[in-house]
Amino acid sequence: MRTICFYFQVHQPFRIKPYRFFDIGDDHYYWDDYSNKSIIRKVAQKCYLPMNALLLDMVNHYKGKFKVSFSISGVCLDQFEAFAPDVLESFQRLVATGYVELLNETDAHALCSLTSKTEFNRMVEGHRAKIKRLFNGYEPKVFRNTELIYSDKIGAMVAELGFEGILTEGAKHILGWKSPNFVYQNSIDPNLKILLKNFQLSDDIAFRFSNKTWSDYPLTTDKFVKWINAIPQEQEVLNLFMDYETFGEHQWAETGIFDFMKYLPEAVFRHTDFGFSTPTEVVRGAKPVSKINVPVPISWADEERDLTAWLGNDLQNEAFTKLYEMEAKVKKIDDPEIQRDWNYLQTSDHFYYMCTKFFSDGAVHSYFSHYETPYDAFINYMNVLSDFILRVKIKEKELEALE
Amino acid sequence: MKVLMFGWEFPPHISGGLGTACYGLVKGLVHHKQDIIFVVPKLWGDEEPLADFVNASDVVIDYRERKFKKIWKNLTYLEVSSFLVPYLGPDEFKKYTDYAIHDRTDVDESVFSNKFEFSGKYGKDLMKEVSRYALVAAQIAKSKEHDVIHAHDWLAYPAGIAAKEISGKPLVAHIHATEFDRSGETVNQPVYDIERAGMQAADHVVAVSHLTRKIVIEKYGVHPDKVSVLHNAVLDSSIIKSDVRKKVPEKIVTFLGRITFQKGPEYFVEAAKKVIDRDPNVRFVMAGSGDLLNKMIERVAELGMGTKFHFTGFLKGKDVDDMYAISDVYVMPSVSEPFGIAPLEAVRHNTPVIISKQSGVAEVLRNAIKVDFWDVDAMADAIFGLLHYDSISKMFRELGSEELKKLKWEHVAAKLVTVYDKLHKEQP
Repeated sequence: MRTICFYFQVHQPFRIKPYRFFDIGDDHYYWDDYSNKSIIRKVAQKCYLPMNALLLDMVNHYKGKFKVSFSISGVCLDQFEAFAPDVLESFQRLVATGYVELLNETDAHALCSLTSKTEFNRMVEGHRAKIKRLFNGYEPKVFRNTELIYSDKIGAMVAELGFEGILTEGAKHILGWKSPNFVYQNSIDPNLKILLKNFQLSDDIAFRFSNKTWSDYPLTTDKFVKWINAIPQEQEVLNLFMDYETFGEHQWAETGIFDFMKYLPEAVFRHTDFGFSTPTEVVRGAKPVSKINVPVPISWADEERDLTAWLGNDLQNEAFTKLYEMEAKVKKIDDPEIQRDWNYLQTSDHFYYMCTKFFSDGAVHSYFSHYETPYDAFINYMNVLSDFILRVKIKEKELEALE
Repeated sequence: MKVLMFGWEFPPHISGGLGTACYGLVKGLVHHKQDIIFVVPKLWGDEEPLADFVNASDVVIDYRERKFKKIWKNLTYLEVSSFLVPYLGPDEFKKYTDYAIHDRTDVDESVFSNKFEFSGKYGKDLMKEVSRYALVAAQIAKSKEHDVIHAHDWLAYPAGIAAKEISGKPLVAHIHATEFDRSGETVNQPVYDIERAGMQAADHVVAVSHLTRKIVIEKYGVHPDKVSVLHNAVLDSSIIKSDVRKKVPEKIVTFLGRITFQKGPEYFVEAAKKVIDRDPNVRFVMAGSGDLLNKMIERVAELGMGTKFHFTGFLKGKDVDDMYAISDVYVMPSVSEPFGIAPLEAVRHNTPVIISKQSGVAEVLRNAIKVDFWDVDAMADAIFGLLHYDSISKMFRELGSEELKKLKWEHVAAKLVTVYDKLHKEQP
C-alpha cells in the first residue's frame, strides 16, 4: 500500500531580551520570559491546543488508520513545562494513543551538526532523555535535524547513534531527475534510510493554502487528492513535512485549514490507494531505491535550500564561530545555569534573525523575527555572548584555583 | 552694546552642539554686560532668562513695508529646495521629518498670513523656515534697537542679512560648522550658497577654530583679514565624579558621536582591530547612531571581533555620562570637525582622550594624543599606550582638568566684545 507520512515540526526558541552593553558583566539572565511566555500562550490558543484536539479526534475516529509524527524541540518542551503544561499534556495524550510518533532532534534546535560531533551527540542524547522523561519512556527511532539540515556526514553521525532513518528536504539540486517519493539510503552508511520532503505538495498546504493570488486557490481536499492520484503508481511514499504552526498560526483558522485536515483522510481513503504511516513504519516497510549523495549540507529553507539563512553573512559567521569557540571550556564547567545558557544560545533562530538575505523585501524572515533589523539582532546576541564568555572565564579560573 | 542675535536653537531644546555653544556665548556676553536680543524660530518658555528672547513665531510681519517686499522677493528661491537637512544623515532625517510632521499640527502655512509658526527643528520644511525666519528678522530689526547683528550658522544667515538690510548695522557671521565638514566634498549647493552669501555679506566672520577659518578663506573666498578665530569653551570645567563602576574586567575604549562620514567611525573600527590583535583584554564601544552604523557592524563582524566591540545605539542623558565615566580612553577620529566639544566632556570625566588633528578642539587641548584621522596605526599605538602606560593617562588626567579651567566662555566673550567694539567704531 502506498502511504502518506505527515511530520510536523514544533519549535519555539528562547528569545533573548533586549540586552545592552551596560548589562555585560552585570546581568546574567538573558531570556525574555515575558515575550516567550506570551508567544507560547498565543500559539497554544491558536494552534497547539485546537490542532492537538482535532488530531486526537481523528486518530481515535480512524482507529489507527490515520497517523502523524512530531518533532518537538527540547527548548520548546522546556517552555511547555514552564508556560503551557496544558499543551504538554495534550501532546502526551496524542503519543499515548500509539499512532503518533515522536522524532529525535537536537535538544536546542541547534546547528551543532555542522561544527561539532561531540556537541551534536550530547544534544541528541539530551533530547532523547527529555522525551523519555516526558513521554512515559518513549524512545524515538527516526531522527530529524534542525531545519532538515542534512549531508552525507551528518547522516553517518546519525546512523552511528543507532537511528534507522532521517528526514530531510527533497531539494531539487540533490535529486535531479529522481523523485522524493521513494525511500533512499545514506551514501556512507546504507543502514540509514532517508525520507525526503515532497516540497511541492507540502508547501501547497504550508505556504500557499490561503494565498488568493495562487492559481489553485482555494485548496480543497478534492483538489489535493487529485494531485496525490497523479503521483506515478510506482512511487510509494508521500512525505508531507511542515511546521506545526501552519495550522492556526501561519494559516489562520478562518482560512479553513482545520477543516481541510479534518476531511483529508476520508478523501484520501475514498479516492486513492494511499494510507497513512509514521516515519518508522515507512523506514521499516518500504524498500530503498538507491543511495543519495549530499556532499554539501542542504536544508528546507528558502529557494536555495542551503544554509545561508543561518550562516550566510559575516554577522552570522562571527556569532557562530565565537559561540562554538566556547565549547571545550563550557564542557568542563559543572554549573546548571551555564549549561542551560550554552544550550539556549545555540538555537538556530538567533542566527536566522541576523540574516540579511531578504533585508530589502524581507517578508518571510521578518515574519519570524522580533528584531527591527538583522543588525539589532547581531548586537543583542553579541552583548549576551560577551557576558556569557566572561562568566565562563570566571568559572574557569575558579576551577584552576581548585586544582 | 546691544546685540541682535539670530540662532536656531537654545537650551534646553537642542538637538546638537549649536544650541550649547550659543548658550555659553550668551552667558559670557552677559558677564561682560552686553545686552542680547536672542531670536529663535520657536521659544518653549523654559529657556534661562539670560537675554531678551524673541520668539520668531510670535512676530507679526507688516507686509506693506516696501523694504520687506524686496527681501521677500530675494528669499522666495529658497523654498524650492525644501528637502534639505543639514547635520543629519538619511536615517535621522526620516526620524526628524516624522517627528516634525507629527509635531506640527497648528501650522498656518498661508503665504499671506502675517505670522508664521516655526517648528524650530531640522525638518523637511527647513528651507521654508529659513526664508520665513529672514522675513521675521527684518521685522525685528525694524522694531528693536540694536548696535550689532550676530548670526549663528547658515540657518540664521538669511535672517542676519535681512536684518542688516533694514537697520544697516554691522553683521557678524559665526561659523560653527560648514557644509564641507558635514558632507565632505559632496556639498549641498543651496546650503553652500547661503553660507557663502552670509559670509560675504558679513562685516566680520568668526570661526570656531583655525581649521574652520582656513576653510572659510579657501572654500568661501572670504578675505583673511575679515576672519578671526574664537574657540568654543565649556560651561562647567569641574571634574564630574561618578559612582558608576564598570562591570567588565577589561579596559574600555569609546567612540561617542554620530556614526557618519564626518566623525570617522571606520578609522576607529580599524584601529580597534589592531589593538585587539595585540591585547585581547580590551573592549571597544561605539555609542551613537547614524547612516554608517550598519556598515560598521558588518565590518566588526567581518574582522571577527564581535565579542570585543560593542554598539550601544543612541545614548542620551545619564547614559552618556555613564559611558564617559566607565571609559578608559575616549577617541574622536573625526575627518573634519570644526570644533568638537565631546573630548572636553571626556576630560571632565577624567578620561584620557585621543583626537584627530583634523578637529578644532586639537588647537586648544594640549593634553591629548593627536593623530591624523586616517592613520589607524598611530591611533592603535595611542590607544595601546594610554591603556598600558599609566603615567601618560595619569598626566593627562591631572593636566587636562587644569587646561579645561582655562576654557571659559567669559574669555571667548571678551574677545567677541572687542570685535563688536571695532565694528561699531568703523561704522560710518
